[in-house]
Amino acid sequence: MRPFKYVRASDAGTAAGAVAANPLAKFLAGGTNILDLMKEDVERPNELVDVTRLKLSEIRQTSGGVSIGALATNTDTANHPLIRNNYPLLTQAIVAGASAQLRNMATNGGNLLQRTRCQYFYDTAMPCNKREPGTGCGAREGLNRIHAIFGWSEKCVATYPGDMANALYALDAVVRVSGAGGRERTIPVNDFHRLPGDTPEKDTNLQHGELIVAIELPKSNFAKNSYYLKVRDRASYAFALVAVAAALELDGGTIRQARVVLGGVAHKPWRSQEAEAALTGKPASEESFRRAAEAALEDAKPLAHNTYKVELGKRAIVRALMRAGRLA
Amino acid sequence: MNDDLDETSEPELTEDEEALLEEMPALTGVGQTRRTFLAGSLGFFALDLLSFEKALAAMSLSPDAVTAAGSAAENLVQVVLKINGETKTLQIDSRVVLLDALRERLELTGSKKGCDQGQCGACTVIVDGRRVLSCLTLAASVEGREVTTIEGLAKGDELHPMQAAFIKYDGFQCGYCTSGQICSAVALLEEARRGDVSHATDDVTATTTRLTDDEIRERMSGNICRCGAYPGIVAAIQEVHSGRETKHTWRFVDEDQLARVRREDASETV
Repeated sequence: MRPFKYVRASDAGTAAGAVAANPLAKFLAGGTNILDLMKEDVERPNELVDVTRLKLSEIRQTSGGVSIGALATNTDTANHPLIRNNYPLLTQAIVAGASAQLRNMATNGGNLLQRTRCQYFYDTAMPCNKREPGTGCGAREGLNRIHAIFGWSEKCVATYPGDMANALYALDAVVRVSGAGGRERTIPVNDFHRLPGDTPEKDTNLQHGELIVAIELPKSNFAKNSYYLKVRDRASYAFALVAVAAALELDGGTIRQARVVLGGVAHKPWRSQEAEAALTGKPASEESFRRAAEAALEDAKPLAHNTYKVELGKRAIVRALMRAGRLA
Repeated sequence: MNDDLDETSEPELTEDEEALLEEMPALTGVGQTRRTFLAGSLGFFALDLLSFEKALAAMSLSPDAVTAAGSAAENLVQVVLKINGETKTLQIDSRVVLLDALRERLELTGSKKGCDQGQCGACTVIVDGRRVLSCLTLAASVEGREVTTIEGLAKGDELHPMQAAFIKYDGFQCGYCTSGQICSAVALLEEARRGDVSHATDDVTATTTRLTDDEIRERMSGNICRCGAYPGIVAAIQEVHSGRETKHTWRFVDEDQLARVRREDASETV
Protein backbone atom coordinates (compact mmCIF):
# COMPACT_ATOMS: atom_id res chain seq x y z
CA MET A 1 0.00 0.00 0.00
CA ARG A 2 1.28 3.47 -0.86
CA PRO A 3 1.79 5.99 1.92
CA PHE A 4 -1.06 8.38 2.66
CA LYS A 5 -1.84 11.12 5.10
CA TYR A 6 -4.63 10.18 7.51
CA VAL A 7 -6.96 13.00 8.54
CA ARG A 8 -10.07 12.79 10.69
CA ALA A 9 -12.80 15.25 9.74
CA SER A 10 -14.95 17.05 12.30
CA ASP A 11 -17.80 18.19 10.03
CA ALA A 12 -19.06 17.53 6.52
CA GLY A 13 -18.03 20.92 5.11
CA THR A 14 -14.44 20.55 6.33
CA ALA A 15 -14.26 16.99 5.06
CA ALA A 16 -15.49 18.01 1.62
CA GLY A 17 -13.11 20.96 1.62
CA ALA A 18 -10.12 18.77 2.48
CA VAL A 19 -10.84 16.34 -0.35
CA ALA A 20 -11.72 19.11 -2.82
CA ALA A 21 -8.36 20.77 -2.12
CA ASN A 22 -6.34 17.66 -3.03
CA PRO A 23 -7.01 15.83 -6.32
CA LEU A 24 -5.42 12.70 -4.83
CA ALA A 25 -7.48 12.71 -1.59
CA LYS A 26 -10.36 10.32 -0.90
CA PHE A 27 -12.98 9.93 1.78
CA LEU A 28 -12.71 6.94 4.12
CA ALA A 29 -15.91 5.55 5.63
CA GLY A 30 -16.36 1.78 6.11
CA GLY A 31 -13.19 1.16 4.12
CA THR A 32 -14.36 -2.23 2.88
CA ASN A 33 -13.75 -1.40 -0.77
CA ILE A 34 -11.15 1.36 -0.78
CA LEU A 35 -8.69 -0.37 1.56
CA ASP A 36 -8.99 -3.54 -0.47
CA LEU A 37 -8.30 -1.57 -3.67
CA MET A 38 -5.39 0.25 -2.01
CA LYS A 39 -3.83 -3.07 -0.98
CA GLU A 40 -4.15 -4.15 -4.62
CA ASP A 41 -2.56 -0.85 -5.73
CA VAL A 42 -5.65 -0.04 -7.81
CA GLU A 43 -6.60 3.01 -5.72
CA ARG A 44 -3.65 5.26 -4.92
CA PRO A 45 -4.81 8.16 -2.76
CA ASN A 46 -2.13 10.16 -0.95
CA GLU A 47 -4.60 11.36 1.65
CA LEU A 48 -7.59 9.70 3.35
CA VAL A 49 -10.14 11.90 5.07
CA ASP A 50 -11.87 9.72 7.69
CA VAL A 51 -15.52 10.78 7.85
CA THR A 52 -16.70 8.03 10.19
CA ARG A 53 -17.00 10.38 13.18
CA LEU A 54 -19.38 12.77 11.37
CA LYS A 55 -22.95 12.77 12.63
CA LEU A 56 -24.51 11.48 9.44
CA SER A 57 -25.91 8.14 10.55
CA GLU A 58 -29.45 9.06 11.49
CA ILE A 59 -32.40 7.25 9.94
CA ARG A 60 -35.57 9.28 10.34
CA GLN A 61 -39.06 9.87 9.06
CA THR A 62 -39.43 13.00 6.93
CA SER A 63 -42.54 14.71 5.56
CA GLY A 64 -41.88 13.05 2.21
CA GLY A 65 -40.73 9.63 3.38
CA VAL A 66 -37.58 8.45 5.13
CA SER A 67 -34.08 9.90 5.16
CA ILE A 68 -31.18 7.53 5.75
CA GLY A 69 -27.85 8.97 6.77
CA ALA A 70 -24.92 8.32 4.47
CA LEU A 71 -22.88 6.98 7.40
CA ALA A 72 -25.55 4.65 8.78
CA THR A 73 -24.14 1.16 8.34
CA ASN A 74 -25.78 -1.28 5.97
CA THR A 75 -26.71 -3.41 9.01
CA ASP A 76 -28.40 -0.57 10.86
CA THR A 77 -30.25 0.51 7.73
CA ALA A 78 -31.50 -2.95 6.81
CA ASN A 79 -32.75 -3.58 10.35
CA HIS A 80 -34.32 -0.20 11.09
CA PRO A 81 -38.09 -0.58 11.62
CA LEU A 82 -38.78 2.33 9.24
CA ILE A 83 -36.96 0.48 6.48
CA ARG A 84 -38.14 -3.05 7.28
CA ASN A 85 -41.78 -1.95 7.38
CA ASN A 86 -41.90 0.65 4.60
CA TYR A 87 -39.12 -0.45 2.26
CA PRO A 88 -38.63 -4.21 2.77
CA LEU A 89 -37.14 -4.36 -0.74
CA LEU A 90 -34.22 -2.28 0.52
CA THR A 91 -33.75 -4.54 3.55
CA GLN A 92 -33.75 -7.62 1.32
CA ALA A 93 -31.27 -6.08 -1.11
CA ILE A 94 -28.85 -5.06 1.64
CA VAL A 95 -28.84 -8.43 3.40
CA ALA A 96 -28.32 -10.15 0.03
CA GLY A 97 -24.95 -8.42 -0.22
CA ALA A 98 -21.57 -9.24 1.31
CA SER A 99 -21.28 -10.80 4.79
CA ALA A 100 -22.45 -9.73 8.24
CA GLN A 101 -18.98 -8.37 9.05
CA LEU A 102 -18.84 -6.28 5.88
CA ARG A 103 -22.40 -4.98 6.33
CA ASN A 104 -21.47 -3.91 9.86
CA MET A 105 -18.63 -1.83 8.41
CA ALA A 106 -20.08 -0.64 5.12
CA THR A 107 -21.96 2.64 5.05
CA ASN A 108 -24.81 3.59 2.74
CA GLY A 109 -22.80 6.32 1.06
CA GLY A 110 -19.83 4.05 0.51
CA ASN A 111 -22.05 1.28 -0.76
CA LEU A 112 -23.25 3.52 -3.61
CA LEU A 113 -19.60 4.24 -4.48
CA GLN A 114 -18.27 0.70 -4.54
CA ARG A 115 -16.27 -0.01 -7.64
CA THR A 116 -16.60 -2.82 -10.15
CA ARG A 117 -15.40 -6.34 -9.42
CA CYS A 118 -14.14 -6.79 -13.00
CA GLN A 119 -11.02 -8.93 -12.63
CA TYR A 120 -9.14 -6.81 -15.18
CA PHE A 121 -9.82 -3.69 -13.11
CA TYR A 122 -8.31 -5.43 -10.07
CA ASP A 123 -5.27 -6.83 -11.86
CA THR A 124 -2.70 -4.08 -12.33
CA ALA A 125 -0.79 -6.28 -14.82
CA MET A 126 -3.78 -6.09 -17.18
CA PRO A 127 -5.03 -3.23 -19.34
CA CYS A 128 -8.10 -1.42 -18.01
CA ASN A 129 -9.56 1.87 -19.20
CA LYS A 130 -11.32 2.35 -15.89
CA ARG A 131 -8.15 2.00 -13.86
CA GLU A 132 -5.76 3.57 -16.36
CA PRO A 133 -7.60 5.44 -19.14
CA GLY A 134 -6.22 4.69 -22.58
CA THR A 135 -4.70 1.28 -21.81
CA GLY A 136 -7.57 -0.68 -23.35
CA CYS A 137 -10.15 -3.13 -22.01
CA GLY A 138 -8.93 -6.57 -21.04
CA ALA A 139 -12.43 -7.93 -20.68
CA ARG A 140 -13.90 -6.89 -24.04
CA GLU A 141 -12.17 -9.82 -25.78
CA GLY A 142 -11.06 -11.59 -22.62
CA LEU A 143 -12.91 -13.52 -19.91
CA ASN A 144 -16.22 -11.70 -19.65
CA ARG A 145 -18.58 -14.16 -18.01
CA ILE A 146 -19.47 -11.73 -15.20
CA HIS A 147 -19.66 -8.63 -17.40
CA ALA A 148 -22.34 -6.38 -18.88
CA ILE A 149 -25.06 -7.20 -21.37
CA PHE A 150 -26.51 -3.68 -21.40
CA GLY A 151 -25.07 -0.21 -21.89
CA TRP A 152 -21.42 -1.21 -22.31
CA SER A 153 -18.97 0.53 -24.61
CA GLU A 154 -15.88 -0.62 -26.47
CA LYS A 155 -13.92 1.11 -23.69
CA CYS A 156 -15.49 -0.81 -20.79
CA VAL A 157 -17.80 -3.77 -20.22
CA ALA A 158 -17.66 -3.78 -16.41
CA THR A 159 -20.72 -4.04 -14.16
CA TYR A 160 -21.73 -2.22 -11.02
CA PRO A 161 -21.53 -4.93 -8.36
CA GLY A 162 -23.84 -3.68 -5.61
CA ASP A 163 -27.23 -4.82 -4.35
CA MET A 164 -28.46 -1.91 -2.24
CA ALA A 165 -28.49 0.51 -5.18
CA ASN A 166 -30.71 -1.80 -7.23
CA ALA A 167 -33.43 -1.40 -4.61
CA LEU A 168 -32.81 2.36 -4.33
CA TYR A 169 -33.36 2.69 -8.09
CA ALA A 170 -36.67 0.85 -7.79
CA LEU A 171 -37.69 3.08 -4.88
CA ASP A 172 -36.89 6.37 -6.70
CA ALA A 173 -34.38 7.42 -4.05
CA VAL A 174 -32.59 10.77 -4.16
CA VAL A 175 -28.96 11.20 -3.12
CA ARG A 176 -28.13 14.31 -1.07
CA VAL A 177 -24.54 15.48 -1.39
CA SER A 178 -22.52 18.24 0.24
CA GLY A 179 -19.68 20.14 -1.41
CA ALA A 180 -16.90 22.24 0.05
CA GLY A 181 -18.31 24.87 2.40
CA GLY A 182 -21.44 22.81 3.04
CA ARG A 183 -23.21 23.65 -0.23
CA GLU A 184 -25.76 20.87 -0.81
CA ARG A 185 -27.44 19.48 -3.91
CA THR A 186 -29.56 16.44 -4.70
CA ILE A 187 -29.13 13.84 -7.44
CA PRO A 188 -31.93 11.40 -8.33
CA VAL A 189 -30.33 7.97 -7.83
CA ASN A 190 -31.17 7.07 -11.44
CA ASP A 191 -28.74 9.80 -12.52
CA PHE A 192 -26.13 9.00 -9.92
CA HIS A 193 -24.14 6.26 -11.67
CA ARG A 194 -22.95 6.58 -15.25
CA LEU A 195 -22.65 4.31 -18.26
CA PRO A 196 -19.01 3.84 -19.28
CA GLY A 197 -19.06 5.55 -22.69
CA ASP A 198 -15.66 7.10 -23.40
CA THR A 199 -14.91 7.85 -19.73
CA PRO A 200 -15.22 4.57 -17.80
CA GLU A 201 -12.89 5.97 -15.13
CA LYS A 202 -15.86 8.01 -13.92
CA ASP A 203 -18.32 5.74 -12.10
CA THR A 204 -20.69 8.45 -10.91
CA ASN A 205 -21.73 12.05 -11.45
CA LEU A 206 -20.30 13.16 -8.10
CA GLN A 207 -17.76 15.97 -8.31
CA HIS A 208 -14.40 15.41 -6.62
CA GLY A 209 -14.82 16.54 -3.02
CA GLU A 210 -18.57 16.08 -2.89
CA LEU A 211 -19.63 14.01 0.09
CA ILE A 212 -22.84 11.97 0.19
CA VAL A 213 -24.69 13.02 3.33
CA ALA A 214 -28.03 11.22 3.01
CA ILE A 215 -30.27 9.11 0.82
CA GLU A 216 -33.89 10.27 0.71
CA LEU A 217 -36.63 7.72 0.11
CA PRO A 218 -40.01 9.05 -1.05
CA LYS A 219 -43.22 7.49 0.30
CA SER A 220 -43.69 4.13 -1.34
CA ASN A 221 -46.71 2.07 -2.31
CA PHE A 222 -44.54 -0.95 -3.00
CA ALA A 223 -44.09 -2.24 0.56
CA LYS A 224 -46.68 -5.01 0.21
CA ASN A 225 -45.52 -6.34 -3.13
CA SER A 226 -41.80 -6.25 -3.65
CA TYR A 227 -39.01 -8.77 -3.84
CA TYR A 228 -35.25 -8.79 -4.26
CA LEU A 229 -33.87 -11.82 -6.07
CA LYS A 230 -30.16 -12.44 -6.36
CA VAL A 231 -28.59 -15.18 -8.47
CA ARG A 232 -24.91 -15.92 -7.83
CA ASP A 233 -22.30 -18.65 -8.08
CA ARG A 234 -22.84 -19.76 -4.49
CA ALA A 235 -25.68 -19.40 -1.99
CA SER A 236 -24.18 -16.55 0.01
CA TYR A 237 -21.34 -14.03 0.12
CA ALA A 238 -20.82 -13.59 -3.63
CA PHE A 239 -21.56 -10.89 -6.16
CA ALA A 240 -24.64 -11.15 -8.35
CA LEU A 241 -24.52 -12.68 -11.78
CA VAL A 242 -28.02 -11.30 -12.19
CA ALA A 243 -30.16 -9.61 -9.55
CA VAL A 244 -33.70 -8.26 -9.81
CA ALA A 245 -35.37 -5.64 -7.66
CA ALA A 246 -39.06 -6.05 -8.44
CA ALA A 247 -41.89 -3.93 -7.05
CA LEU A 248 -45.59 -3.84 -7.85
CA GLU A 249 -48.42 -1.57 -6.80
CA LEU A 250 -51.57 -3.61 -7.20
CA ASP A 251 -55.18 -2.54 -7.52
CA GLY A 252 -56.97 -5.79 -6.94
CA GLY A 253 -55.40 -8.09 -9.50
CA THR A 254 -54.29 -5.25 -11.77
CA ILE A 255 -50.84 -3.69 -11.80
CA ARG A 256 -51.12 0.06 -11.24
CA GLN A 257 -47.40 0.64 -11.48
CA ALA A 258 -44.26 -1.48 -11.45
CA ARG A 259 -40.51 -1.28 -11.02
CA VAL A 260 -38.03 -3.71 -12.50
CA VAL A 261 -34.35 -3.02 -11.89
CA LEU A 262 -31.64 -5.47 -12.94
CA GLY A 263 -28.30 -5.79 -11.16
CA GLY A 264 -25.11 -7.39 -12.44
CA VAL A 265 -25.90 -6.61 -16.08
CA ALA A 266 -24.61 -3.06 -16.66
CA HIS A 267 -22.25 -0.33 -15.47
CA LYS A 268 -25.13 0.89 -13.28
CA PRO A 269 -28.32 -0.63 -11.90
CA TRP A 270 -30.41 -1.21 -15.05
CA ARG A 271 -33.95 0.03 -14.68
CA SER A 272 -36.09 -1.57 -17.37
CA GLN A 273 -38.69 0.90 -18.46
CA GLU A 274 -39.65 -1.61 -21.17
CA ALA A 275 -40.63 -4.17 -18.55
CA GLU A 276 -42.40 -1.58 -16.43
CA ALA A 277 -44.43 -0.37 -19.42
CA ALA A 278 -45.33 -3.96 -20.29
CA LEU A 279 -46.66 -4.49 -16.76
CA THR A 280 -48.61 -1.29 -16.20
CA GLY A 281 -52.37 -1.84 -16.41
CA LYS A 282 -51.98 -5.58 -16.90
CA PRO A 283 -53.19 -8.36 -14.61
CA ALA A 284 -50.64 -9.61 -12.11
CA SER A 285 -50.06 -13.01 -13.68
CA GLU A 286 -47.21 -15.21 -14.81
CA GLU A 287 -48.15 -14.45 -18.41
CA SER A 288 -47.80 -10.68 -17.89
CA PHE A 289 -44.50 -11.24 -16.11
CA ARG A 290 -43.14 -13.33 -18.99
CA ARG A 291 -44.01 -10.63 -21.50
CA ALA A 292 -42.31 -8.05 -19.29
CA ALA A 293 -39.22 -10.26 -19.02
CA GLU A 294 -39.04 -10.65 -22.80
CA ALA A 295 -39.35 -6.87 -23.19
CA ALA A 296 -36.65 -6.26 -20.60
CA LEU A 297 -34.03 -8.45 -22.28
CA GLU A 298 -34.95 -7.70 -25.90
CA ASP A 299 -32.13 -5.22 -26.43
CA ALA A 300 -29.47 -7.13 -24.46
CA LYS A 301 -26.07 -7.32 -26.15
CA PRO A 302 -24.21 -10.21 -24.53
CA LEU A 303 -20.46 -10.72 -24.86
CA ALA A 304 -18.59 -13.94 -25.71
CA HIS A 305 -19.05 -15.60 -22.30
CA ASN A 306 -22.21 -14.13 -20.81
CA THR A 307 -25.01 -15.01 -23.23
CA TYR A 308 -26.44 -17.04 -20.33
CA LYS A 309 -27.35 -13.77 -18.61
CA VAL A 310 -30.10 -13.16 -21.16
CA GLU A 311 -32.12 -16.25 -20.33
CA LEU A 312 -31.14 -16.05 -16.67
CA GLY A 313 -32.28 -12.44 -16.59
CA LYS A 314 -35.68 -13.33 -18.04
CA ARG A 315 -36.26 -16.17 -15.60
CA ALA A 316 -35.06 -14.07 -12.69
CA ILE A 317 -37.49 -11.29 -13.58
CA VAL A 318 -40.43 -13.70 -13.76
CA ARG A 319 -39.43 -15.32 -10.49
CA ALA A 320 -38.95 -11.99 -8.69
CA LEU A 321 -42.31 -10.66 -9.94
CA MET A 322 -44.06 -13.89 -8.93
CA ARG A 323 -42.67 -13.47 -5.42
CA ALA A 324 -43.49 -9.77 -5.36
CA GLY A 325 -47.06 -10.50 -6.48
CA ARG A 326 -47.25 -13.30 -3.90
CA LEU A 327 -48.06 -15.78 -6.62
CA ALA A 328 -45.11 -18.00 -5.71
CA MET B 1 9.91 -23.00 14.92
CA ASN B 2 12.18 -25.39 16.85
CA ASP B 3 11.78 -25.38 20.62
CA ASP B 4 14.91 -27.42 21.20
CA LEU B 5 17.13 -24.91 19.52
CA ASP B 6 19.77 -23.43 21.75
CA GLU B 7 19.62 -19.78 20.85
CA THR B 8 23.05 -19.03 22.27
CA SER B 9 25.00 -21.40 20.05
CA GLU B 10 25.95 -20.64 16.48
CA PRO B 11 24.27 -23.18 14.24
CA GLU B 12 26.24 -24.79 11.46
CA LEU B 13 25.26 -23.47 8.06
CA THR B 14 26.14 -24.76 4.63
CA GLU B 15 27.63 -22.47 2.03
CA ASP B 16 24.28 -22.17 0.27
CA GLU B 17 22.53 -21.31 3.51
CA GLU B 18 25.13 -18.65 4.26
CA ALA B 19 24.56 -17.14 0.83
CA LEU B 20 20.82 -17.15 1.30
CA LEU B 21 21.19 -15.63 4.73
CA GLU B 22 23.14 -12.69 3.36
CA GLU B 23 20.37 -11.89 0.87
CA MET B 24 17.61 -12.27 3.40
CA PRO B 25 15.93 -9.21 4.92
CA ALA B 26 15.85 -8.76 8.67
CA LEU B 27 13.13 -10.78 10.33
CA THR B 28 12.54 -8.09 12.86
CA GLY B 29 9.31 -8.31 14.75
CA VAL B 30 9.14 -12.05 14.32
CA GLY B 31 10.72 -12.63 17.69
CA GLN B 32 13.72 -14.61 16.46
CA THR B 33 17.08 -13.83 15.01
CA ARG B 34 17.55 -14.60 11.34
CA ARG B 35 20.19 -17.14 12.21
CA THR B 36 18.16 -19.21 14.65
CA PHE B 37 15.12 -18.94 12.44
CA LEU B 38 17.08 -20.25 9.51
CA ALA B 39 18.81 -23.04 11.35
CA GLY B 40 15.69 -24.07 13.18
CA SER B 41 13.54 -24.52 10.16
CA LEU B 42 15.63 -24.88 7.04
CA GLY B 43 14.15 -27.30 4.58
CA PHE B 44 12.03 -26.95 1.51
CA PHE B 45 9.50 -24.91 3.42
CA ALA B 46 12.15 -22.53 4.68
CA LEU B 47 13.70 -22.21 1.26
CA ASP B 48 10.32 -21.29 -0.15
CA LEU B 49 9.94 -18.81 2.63
CA LEU B 50 13.32 -17.36 1.85
CA SER B 51 12.43 -16.67 -1.75
CA PHE B 52 9.14 -15.24 -0.55
CA GLU B 53 10.93 -12.97 1.88
CA LYS B 54 13.29 -11.94 -0.87
CA ALA B 55 10.40 -11.07 -3.13
CA LEU B 56 8.82 -9.08 -0.33
CA ALA B 57 12.02 -7.18 0.27
CA ALA B 58 12.18 -6.33 -3.43
CA MET B 59 8.71 -4.80 -3.27
CA SER B 60 9.35 -1.35 -1.92
CA LEU B 61 5.64 -0.96 -1.12
CA SER B 62 5.17 -4.21 0.77
CA PRO B 63 2.34 -3.74 3.27
CA ASP B 64 4.21 -5.97 5.70
CA ALA B 65 7.19 -3.69 5.59
CA VAL B 66 5.27 -0.95 7.30
CA THR B 67 4.31 -3.11 10.22
CA ALA B 68 7.72 -4.52 10.94
CA ALA B 69 9.43 -2.73 13.78
CA GLY B 70 12.44 -0.81 12.61
CA SER B 71 11.36 -0.38 8.99
CA ALA B 72 10.84 3.13 7.76
CA ALA B 73 7.37 4.27 8.72
CA GLU B 74 5.61 7.19 7.08
CA ASN B 75 2.74 9.42 8.09
CA LEU B 76 3.01 8.40 11.73
CA VAL B 77 -0.14 8.70 13.74
CA GLN B 78 -0.49 8.23 17.47
CA VAL B 79 -3.49 6.10 18.24
CA VAL B 80 -5.02 5.06 21.54
CA LEU B 81 -6.63 1.64 21.22
CA LYS B 82 -8.88 -0.12 23.70
CA ILE B 83 -8.23 -3.81 23.25
CA ASN B 84 -9.92 -6.36 25.50
CA GLY B 85 -10.41 -3.72 28.16
CA GLU B 86 -6.81 -2.49 28.11
CA THR B 87 -5.73 0.85 26.74
CA LYS B 88 -2.75 0.79 24.39
CA THR B 89 -1.03 3.77 22.82
CA LEU B 90 0.78 3.12 19.57
CA GLN B 91 2.77 5.18 17.09
CA ILE B 92 1.86 3.69 13.75
CA ASP B 93 2.21 4.30 10.05
CA SER B 94 -1.23 5.39 8.83
CA ARG B 95 -1.34 2.30 6.57
CA VAL B 96 -1.40 -0.18 9.46
CA VAL B 97 -4.65 -2.09 9.62
CA LEU B 98 -6.09 -3.25 12.92
CA LEU B 99 -5.14 -6.87 12.20
CA ASP B 100 -1.45 -6.00 11.81
CA ALA B 101 -1.51 -3.74 14.86
CA LEU B 102 -2.91 -6.62 16.91
CA ARG B 103 -0.58 -9.28 15.59
CA GLU B 104 2.65 -7.43 14.99
CA ARG B 105 2.60 -4.74 17.64
CA LEU B 106 0.42 -5.98 20.49
CA GLU B 107 1.35 -9.68 20.41
CA LEU B 108 -2.30 -10.64 20.03
CA THR B 109 -1.81 -13.28 17.37
CA GLY B 110 -5.15 -15.02 17.90
CA SER B 111 -6.72 -13.03 15.07
CA LYS B 112 -5.51 -14.63 11.86
CA LYS B 113 -4.52 -13.25 8.48
CA GLY B 114 -6.09 -15.38 5.78
CA CYS B 115 -6.84 -13.56 2.55
CA ASP B 116 -6.05 -10.05 3.88
CA GLN B 117 -8.75 -8.62 1.62
CA GLY B 118 -12.10 -9.24 3.26
CA GLN B 119 -13.00 -12.55 1.72
CA CYS B 120 -12.33 -15.17 4.39
CA GLY B 121 -13.31 -13.87 7.85
CA ALA B 122 -10.26 -15.27 9.67
CA CYS B 123 -9.44 -11.79 10.99
CA THR B 124 -12.91 -11.15 12.47
CA VAL B 125 -12.88 -9.15 15.70
CA ILE B 126 -15.64 -7.34 17.59
CA VAL B 127 -15.63 -3.52 17.63
CA ASP B 128 -18.22 -1.76 19.79
CA GLY B 129 -20.22 -5.00 19.88
CA ARG B 130 -20.20 -5.52 16.12
CA ARG B 131 -18.18 -8.11 14.26
CA VAL B 132 -15.90 -6.54 11.67
CA LEU B 133 -12.94 -7.51 9.51
CA SER B 134 -9.73 -6.26 11.08
CA CYS B 135 -7.84 -6.63 7.77
CA LEU B 136 -9.97 -3.90 6.17
CA THR B 137 -10.04 -1.62 9.22
CA LEU B 138 -7.36 1.02 9.63
CA ALA B 139 -6.05 0.88 13.19
CA ALA B 140 -6.18 4.68 13.32
CA SER B 141 -9.89 4.64 12.53
CA VAL B 142 -10.89 2.62 15.61
CA GLU B 143 -9.32 4.97 18.13
CA GLY B 144 -11.40 5.01 21.29
CA ARG B 145 -13.65 2.15 20.21
CA GLU B 146 -13.89 -1.07 22.23
CA VAL B 147 -12.08 -3.85 20.41
CA THR B 148 -12.59 -7.45 21.53
CA THR B 149 -10.40 -10.17 20.08
CA ILE B 150 -10.46 -13.92 20.65
CA GLU B 151 -8.01 -13.34 23.53
CA GLY B 152 -10.63 -11.23 25.30
CA LEU B 153 -13.46 -13.76 25.34
CA ALA B 154 -12.40 -16.17 28.09
CA LYS B 155 -12.49 -15.14 31.74
CA GLY B 156 -9.09 -16.33 32.92
CA ASP B 157 -9.13 -20.11 32.59
CA GLU B 158 -12.87 -20.23 32.05
CA LEU B 159 -13.66 -20.47 28.36
CA HIS B 160 -16.38 -18.40 26.77
CA PRO B 161 -19.39 -20.71 26.20
CA MET B 162 -18.85 -20.42 22.46
CA GLN B 163 -15.21 -21.53 22.79
CA ALA B 164 -16.28 -24.51 24.89
CA ALA B 165 -19.01 -25.41 22.40
CA PHE B 166 -16.57 -25.31 19.48
CA ILE B 167 -14.38 -27.84 21.33
CA LYS B 168 -17.35 -30.00 22.25
CA TYR B 169 -18.67 -30.16 18.69
CA ASP B 170 -15.32 -30.37 16.92
CA GLY B 171 -16.02 -27.07 15.19
CA PHE B 172 -12.58 -26.98 13.62
CA GLN B 173 -9.83 -29.10 12.19
CA CYS B 174 -6.68 -27.11 11.47
CA GLY B 175 -7.93 -24.24 13.63
CA TYR B 176 -6.77 -21.38 11.46
CA CYS B 177 -10.22 -19.90 10.88
CA THR B 178 -11.44 -20.73 14.38
CA SER B 179 -10.75 -17.47 16.21
CA GLY B 180 -12.58 -15.61 13.48
CA GLN B 181 -15.41 -18.13 13.51
CA ILE B 182 -15.81 -17.81 17.29
CA CYS B 183 -15.72 -14.00 17.33
CA SER B 184 -18.23 -14.01 14.50
CA ALA B 185 -20.49 -16.51 16.28
CA VAL B 186 -20.44 -14.55 19.54
CA ALA B 187 -21.53 -11.38 17.72
CA LEU B 188 -24.09 -13.33 15.68
CA LEU B 189 -25.96 -14.31 18.84
CA GLU B 190 -26.15 -10.66 19.87
CA GLU B 191 -27.50 -9.75 16.42
CA ALA B 192 -30.13 -12.47 16.72
CA ARG B 193 -31.10 -11.22 20.19
CA ARG B 194 -31.58 -7.75 18.69
CA GLY B 195 -33.89 -9.26 16.07
CA ASP B 196 -31.69 -8.53 13.06
CA VAL B 197 -32.79 -10.15 9.80
CA SER B 198 -30.68 -12.01 7.26
CA HIS B 199 -30.87 -13.17 3.66
CA ALA B 200 -32.36 -16.42 4.99
CA THR B 201 -35.23 -14.59 6.72
CA ASP B 202 -38.52 -15.19 4.90
CA ASP B 203 -40.41 -12.15 6.12
CA VAL B 204 -38.18 -9.19 6.94
CA THR B 205 -41.15 -7.24 8.34
CA ALA B 206 -41.76 -9.87 11.06
CA THR B 207 -40.51 -8.83 14.48
CA THR B 208 -39.07 -12.16 15.53
CA THR B 209 -36.71 -14.49 13.76
CA ARG B 210 -36.08 -18.09 14.70
CA LEU B 211 -32.41 -18.92 14.48
CA THR B 212 -32.70 -22.05 12.34
CA ASP B 213 -29.66 -23.92 11.04
CA ASP B 214 -30.25 -22.21 7.68
CA GLU B 215 -30.19 -18.84 9.42
CA ILE B 216 -26.92 -19.73 11.16
CA ARG B 217 -25.32 -20.90 7.92
CA GLU B 218 -26.31 -17.69 6.12
CA ARG B 219 -25.24 -15.47 9.01
CA MET B 220 -21.87 -17.24 9.22
CA SER B 221 -21.20 -17.12 5.47
CA GLY B 222 -18.50 -14.49 5.96
CA ASN B 223 -16.29 -17.06 7.70
CA ILE B 224 -14.78 -19.60 5.38
CA CYS B 225 -13.48 -22.94 6.74
CA ARG B 226 -11.38 -24.82 4.24
CA CYS B 227 -11.37 -27.93 6.42
CA GLY B 228 -15.14 -27.98 6.14
CA ALA B 229 -15.95 -28.07 9.84
CA TYR B 230 -19.25 -26.35 9.16
CA PRO B 231 -21.60 -28.99 10.69
CA GLY B 232 -19.76 -28.74 14.02
CA ILE B 233 -19.74 -24.96 13.87
CA VAL B 234 -23.50 -24.80 13.29
CA ALA B 235 -24.11 -27.30 16.11
CA ALA B 236 -21.92 -25.31 18.51
CA ILE B 237 -23.68 -22.04 17.76
CA GLN B 238 -27.09 -23.69 17.96
CA GLU B 239 -26.31 -25.10 21.41
CA VAL B 240 -25.06 -21.82 22.85
CA HIS B 241 -28.03 -20.03 21.30
CA SER B 242 -30.71 -22.43 22.51
CA GLY B 243 -29.08 -23.30 25.83
CA ARG B 244 -30.07 -26.91 25.19
CA GLU B 245 -27.05 -29.04 25.79
CA THR B 246 -26.67 -32.21 23.82
CA LYS B 247 -24.65 -35.15 25.08
CA HIS B 248 -20.97 -35.06 24.40
CA THR B 249 -20.33 -37.91 21.97
CA TRP B 250 -16.54 -38.03 22.32
CA ARG B 251 -13.82 -37.20 24.80
CA PHE B 252 -10.04 -36.86 24.95
CA VAL B 253 -8.21 -40.04 26.00
CA ASP B 254 -5.34 -40.06 28.46
CA GLU B 255 -1.93 -41.71 27.92
CA ASP B 256 -2.96 -45.03 29.55
CA GLN B 257 -6.05 -45.36 27.45
CA LEU B 258 -4.09 -44.52 24.33
CA ALA B 259 -1.49 -47.16 25.18
CA ARG B 260 -4.24 -49.74 25.72
CA VAL B 261 -5.81 -48.97 22.36
CA ARG B 262 -2.42 -49.29 20.68
CA ARG B 263 -1.83 -52.70 22.26
CA GLU B 264 -5.26 -53.92 21.18
CA ASP B 265 -4.63 -52.78 17.63
CA ALA B 266 -1.03 -54.00 17.71
CA SER B 267 -0.33 -50.77 15.95
CA GLU B 268 2.08 -47.93 16.56
CA THR B 269 0.07 -45.37 14.70
CA VAL B 270 -3.35 -44.79 16.17
